[in-house]
Amino acid sequence: MPPWNPRIEEMPIDELQRLQFKLLKSQIYRLYSFNEFYKRRMKEHGVHPDDIRTLGDLAKLPFMYKSDLRDGYPDRIFTAERSELVRYHVSSGTTGKPTVVGYTERDIANWSESLARAFSSCGLGRGDVVQVSYGYGLFTGGLGAHYGAERLGATVLPTSVGNTERQVELMQDLHVTAIACTPSYLLHIAEVAEKMGVSIRNDTNLRMGFLGAEAWSEQMRTRIQDWLGIRAYDIYGTSELSGPMFTECSEQKGIHVWGDLALLEVVDPATGEVLEPGEEGELTVTMLQKEALPMVRYRTGDLTAIDTDPCTCGRTHPRIGRIRGRVDDMLIIRGINVFPSQVEHTLLGIPDVGKHFQIVVDRKGALDSMLVRVEVSEEAFSDKIPDLMEIKRKVEHRLRSSLNVSVEVELVEPGTLPRFEGKSRKVIDRRSL
Amino acid sequence: MEKSSYIIKQISVFSENRPGRLAAIAAALRDAEINILAFSIAEADGFGVVRALVDRPDDAYRTLTDLGFRVSFTDVIGVKMRDEPGGLSEIASVLGDAGINIEYAYAYSGKDAAVLILRVDQVEDAVRKILDHGGELLRLPIRS
Repeated sequence: MPPWNPRIEEMPIDELQRLQFKLLKSQIYRLYSFNEFYKRRMKEHGVHPDDIRTLGDLAKLPFMYKSDLRDGYPDRIFTAERSELVRYHVSSGTTGKPTVVGYTERDIANWSESLARAFSSCGLGRGDVVQVSYGYGLFTGGLGAHYGAERLGATVLPTSVGNTERQVELMQDLHVTAIACTPSYLLHIAEVAEKMGVSIRNDTNLRMGFLGAEAWSEQMRTRIQDWLGIRAYDIYGTSELSGPMFTECSEQKGIHVWGDLALLEVVDPATGEVLEPGEEGELTVTMLQKEALPMVRYRTGDLTAIDTDPCTCGRTHPRIGRIRGRVDDMLIIRGINVFPSQVEHTLLGIPDVGKHFQIVVDRKGALDSMLVRVEVSEEAFSDKIPDLMEIKRKVEHRLRSSLNVSVEVELVEPGTLPRFEGKSRKVIDRRSL
Repeated sequence: MEKSSYIIKQISVFSENRPGRLAAIAAALRDAEINILAFSIAEADGFGVVRALVDRPDDAYRTLTDLGFRVSFTDVIGVKMRDEPGGLSEIASVLGDAGINIEYAYAYSGKDAAVLILRVDQVEDAVRKILDHGGELLRLPIRS
């Protein structure tokens, strides 16, 4: 598929690397000179912007973690004035405090540009109708995909998540050709459509899907493509980098990461040592043009490998393979990140239940479900069923408002929950991807 | 006779709604040689509460708690009913007329009378009203 921005997308590798170095160097100087947080970090790490003499010197810089955003809540590590921001997005943190991400006008423009390149590499363009069935709001998925598709000149149908029967009707009536959503939600839409007597393959114009915000597999891709008669493309991003930013091209051989926007490394999660292309480790990203929140060597927690060989599509930028898993115990439930530590934190604030818990994640039909098992505390135990049901409802409500995901709570007998640390027993994930 | 002696300590045990849980509770009481006089099970979504009148409530509490069960004492009253039509109606009317709410109830038919076990919102008032109406209440200590 022809590139959206041929000069950048087909730039020879040595030229691209020179551009990356130039962008890195000026970004690091800017951060060191104008921001206390970054300056202190570099000083503590014994590195000065003058030490960055080649692209490989990136490894001399300190890492950044999600906890840096939490510690700097809400905007203490932003590198733009509040008046320069045009948007905020908010995602769940690992404990009580959420993570706030800010964007300048140029940040939004670059994010949209990134997705415009990505979508067009799959053959999307003017005349296409894109149904954005990611959640709109604080979550980056909905608005991110929306702006990217509009930038491209495609028509956006901003359905968000839910009201699935209506989604199917609109998909038919407005001749939708592409959809952006989680792979599990697409399967749910397809199931609902079948119940309505609508075959997505035969009765709609849908021809491609941009599917992400949760882990999925080649097996699931085959199933979706064969069943729905569409091309299913993997999309990647995380709110700390902007949101969903990168997709596969029509070759479906890995996700193109635009080198002028993001500089990639894969590191050993335990030692932080930089690994060679092809070796699997933790994806670490440096944002080269971000103004409001330029993450440097950000440890995403996602496990994958980099492929630096030019793609057969002609684009020269490096690619990453499917995300193989997480270095931490983060769960993704219906596209939303959930940390067991958030569950623990919430339960500690509810005296009616004990501090021990177990999370059971399953997929009912196509949709994820999350069950949290808790023990009723000795003080709160009542022999009246309505009192116990009230405790159950209260815990469900509190977990829902702190996790942004609906949760079912099961009250269990004392002593039946895992006592020792370790995610293998605290979390039971029964989903098969 | 002092009113409070009519107030009986029932044990309530939290139980998951799965096979074998009642058996585990019953076996624990059997091993401790505690006799169950009456019991009921209230069930909800995935869990339930086993309520029982036993001859040695303190021992039952300790035995079950030691095994990890969540146990509590609840004050209930046991009303002896005439084992004939109208027996329940009479007691229910007395309490209803006095504005006393029955939170739950279960019954057993004993050797000489049917006994209705009640948890009410105003236990002292309930005892007085029933006695005033000539009703007969179970008294502690319970003997089988």
